[in-house]
Amino acid sequence: MATVLTDIERLLVNRLQDGLPITATPYADIAHELGLTETEVISTIETLLANGVLTRFGPMWQIEKAGGTFTLAALAVPEDDIERVAGIVNAMPEVAHNYLRNHHYNMWFVVATTSDAGCQQVLRTIEDQTGLAVLNLPKQQEFRVHLRFDA
Amino acid sequence: MDALDQALMQISAAGLPLVSRPFAALAEQLGTDEATIIHRMQRLAEQGVLRRIAAVPNHYRLGYLFNGMTVWDIRDEALTDVAAAFCQLPFVSHCYQRPRYPDWPYNLFAMIHAKDEATAKDMEARMQQLASEHCRKHTVLYSTRILKKTGLRIPGDQTFAR
Repeated sequence: MATVLTDIERLLVNRLQDGLPITATPYADIAHELGLTETEVISTIETLLANGVLTRFGPMWQIEKAGGTFTLAALAVPEDDIERVAGIVNAMPEVAHNYLRNHHYNMWFVVATTSDAGCQQVLRTIEDQTGLAVLNLPKQQEFRVHLRFDA
Repeated sequence: MDALDQALMQISAAGLPLVSRPFAALAEQLGTDEATIIHRMQRLAEQGVLRRIAAVPNHYRLGYLFNGMTVWDIRDEALTDVAAAFCQLPFVSHCYQRPRYPDWPYNLFAMIHAKDEATAKDMEARMQQLASEHCRKHTVLYSTRILKKTGLRIPGDQTFAR
């Protein structure tokens, strides 16, 4: 299941999780730092996105600082209804990610909206369309956010 | 956030262009110039609205097969101390307080990521030791399938409050 990475891929997966400089030529800057060429950096990122090692490459926003809202929500979905409910939840553009987990509450998703009211509306729509009650778990306090995977 | 900031957020939601001058490419799409876009990105980063421009790996593809959301029912008076102790652990990536409900007793959430089950169990055991008598109940919800992982997309008809 794990993908075998080349040395250049491994180097870039590790380095690119820490962030790109905001300069006119960020790929050339990273290339210079790592002893690669700009073309190698760009083509390797393309490969990593194409083969699914990276799910995304781009800006990561902290929307709360702009008045937006993130919430974590969960549904208890009957096993034979998962595909239908996932279809409804995933179709909402405000749902940033959605995972199945091994619990009675088995579907866990994050909703990102520009306002609290917008968030409530998304959750209501999901309840209306799925016929299931949403467990809404907005964060009350953030103690740590540092996600980094060594490739 | 003004209209240009928000347009920048929308247009880059799919990712940063993979070209030599990515901000020039964004500027062209937005009808402005490269220096303006770079300045806006730097300002958004200073404001904390932009966390960073970075790669998001699929952790399964890197061999992290055990991705657990550990959830804990911690006595309110000890919550901050237990959270601080969890944050000292290098394998805890996110740690949040969230509300309890009648059928959901857990108020502290911490994410862990491991390549094998034994390592994940060790992590859980170390956390359990730290929470000790402050914890009434805990469990770990492992992810079994990624249904969606697109990251943030803000629809074009919505605007931020600030």
